[in-house]
Amino acid sequence: MQSRLLSAPWTRPAVRAATPRAGRVAVFGGTHGNELSGVALVGMWVKDGAEIQRSGVATTPFIANPRAVERCARYVDTDLNRAFTAENLSALSGDELPYEVRRAQEINRLFGPKGTADAYDVIFDLHNTTSNMGCTLILESSSDHFVLQMVRHVQKACAPAGCSVLLNEHPLLKYSTSRSVAKHPIGLEVGPQPQGVLRSNIFESMRLILKHALDFIELFNCGVEFPACSVDVFRVLERVDYPRDANGNITAMVHPHLQDCDWEPLSSGDPMFQTFDGRTIEYQGPGPVYPAFINEAAYYEKQQAFVTTRRETLSACAVRKLQ
Amino acid sequence: MEPLSLPALRRVAVCGGTHGNEMTGIYLVQEMQRKQRENGDNTWPAYVKTVLSNPKAVKECRRYIERDLNRCFTSAILSSSITETTPYEVQRAHELNAILGPKGSSEAFDLVCDLHNTTANMGVTVIAYTTKDYITMHIFKYLQAKISSVPVRLLMLDIPIPDAYSLESVGKHGFALEIGPQPNGVVRADVFNVMKEALLLALDWVQLFNSGSKMEGGQVEVFSFQKSVDYPRDPETRQITSAIHPQLQDKDFCLLQAGDPLFLSFSGETTTYQEREPLYPIFINECAYYEKGVAFQLVCKRTVNIPPVQIQKD
Repeated sequence: MQSRLLSAPWTRPAVRAATPRAGRVAVFGGTHGNELSGVALVGMWVKDGAEIQRSGVATTPFIANPRAVERCARYVDTDLNRAFTAENLSALSGDELPYEVRRAQEINRLFGPKGTADAYDVIFDLHNTTSNMGCTLILESSSDHFVLQMVRHVQKACAPAGCSVLLNEHPLLKYSTSRSVAKHPIGLEVGPQPQGVLRSNIFESMRLILKHALDFIELFNCGVEFPACSVDVFRVLERVDYPRDANGNITAMVHPHLQDCDWEPLSSGDPMFQTFDGRTIEYQGPGPVYPAFINEAAYYEKQQAFVTTRRETLSACAVRKLQ
Repeated sequence: MEPLSLPALRRVAVCGGTHGNEMTGIYLVQEMQRKQRENGDNTWPAYVKTVLSNPKAVKECRRYIERDLNRCFTSAILSSSITETTPYEVQRAHELNAILGPKGSSEAFDLVCDLHNTTANMGVTVIAYTTKDYITMHIFKYLQAKISSVPVRLLMLDIPIPDAYSLESVGKHGFALEIGPQPNGVVRADVFNVMKEALLLALDWVQLFNSGSKMEGGQVEVFSFQKSVDYPRDPETRQITSAIHPQLQDKDFCLLQAGDPLFLSFSGETTTYQEREPLYPIFINECAYYEKGVAFQLVCKRTVNIPPVQIQKD
């Protein structure tokens, strides 16, 4: 049975007539001020946005955390990409609120409100990671068929170059991202790239993925039907922290055999950490699991050395713009 | 050839966290301190003093708080007066000078080794001020002979010691161990293992020298700083308009010749190397140098002879 795509409320999918097309799209850069691909791309598009325009859709480039960008820091007071909780968005505004909470409220006014029919249709959020994850699309829902079809389109357009898909629907590990303000949030994560550094190949890869994603939206808005398909994803299972001492200091590093091996199978008995005096600590757990975000700089303070994922195939219904 | 007679190296300092987000030195110094406290392991000799240079920056995992500590060790800055408005790092430089120096005096530590990381693909690079510091030259030669997993090179800054601005210039002899590539805020096990190996080898050499061995001289290849090259920037906003070209990225110490690509602009144009003299690029795309207006530095290569050395007999 053919599914009609519409803009369903973000809380649950529902077949109900609403905006007939994906008319309002935003591209966020600098949600983290030291992840420079997005900062450079959006900075460029704010001056001249011709490259990201498509017929039938207005695409807004937007620097999400300008103060952090100015300092080339991840954030000023608190991580903007964790700040879009219901509690923060409804907090009484005032100067005593952390900068990023006030910024989240402003972004919610401009691109939301989150969860309502007035929210933007799509937000692409551009990120970099120090992990060797290549090009990764990050999804927050396994039942957003519009996004699944977009992902499929991007993967086919990128081939033979790969594009991994990370699905974070974990009830505890899922977090309130800046893009979650939109009906269809999509994270673009490209690495490895150090914080505060702009690598040309990473910049161009991100630019190309976004181009394919915007092409999909244009085709969709023109009435192209995308037939039912399946999409291979990596579903987040759990966060694995570094071994730490009683004071919370790390006592081991990601093992050389695990370093840079994002998306490769990790099985029980495989090296996982190496202590500072050279001892190996092995992964003990059900497997194989597929680690991601291995040795991401920003996650030391979030108690995460890597996340484990499992492979899953999602089914996407056929999708066509409501006539 | 008769060896050059030099005093023993009795007081050796190993410093980490001069930049608070260059993690290898920070974890290595902390590990050394832990082992020295425990005393059950003699990996790290007791006579080696370990120093966490910029503890406030380490706590915040930032390069510095107010000013780059590793530019604060010129004789001029070290002899300036401290007031309430003196930046934190200048005050800290004075403290470190009191602990490890005073710079230029007979009380200064014999050898200071400062541990650094770079986001550039520079392998192990030993950084020193003068080819006349034969202790440092010998240690470099020893490291290069013994370390096979990564390239080991010597970068000479050729600055007179009073104008030398970095921490290791406080000791009678000193060098920085710069290892990359590694992102800020990250500790990679492979980089840690190489830095630990290099440091142990340096201390081995000190032990051999102090015990009276004649350390053979020879030829040493040296890279000398020539100049820095900035990113192409928008003339009004000073924002960068190009990235290091993919063919230059990660090609530290690979000879650049006229016509070789340097930058790729966001709109797809390539800038090429126009100098007549081929030179070697280093610190290519070092994170901390964006704010210093440096996309990469250019160095030339030469060979220097170092004499054999032996400990001075009392």
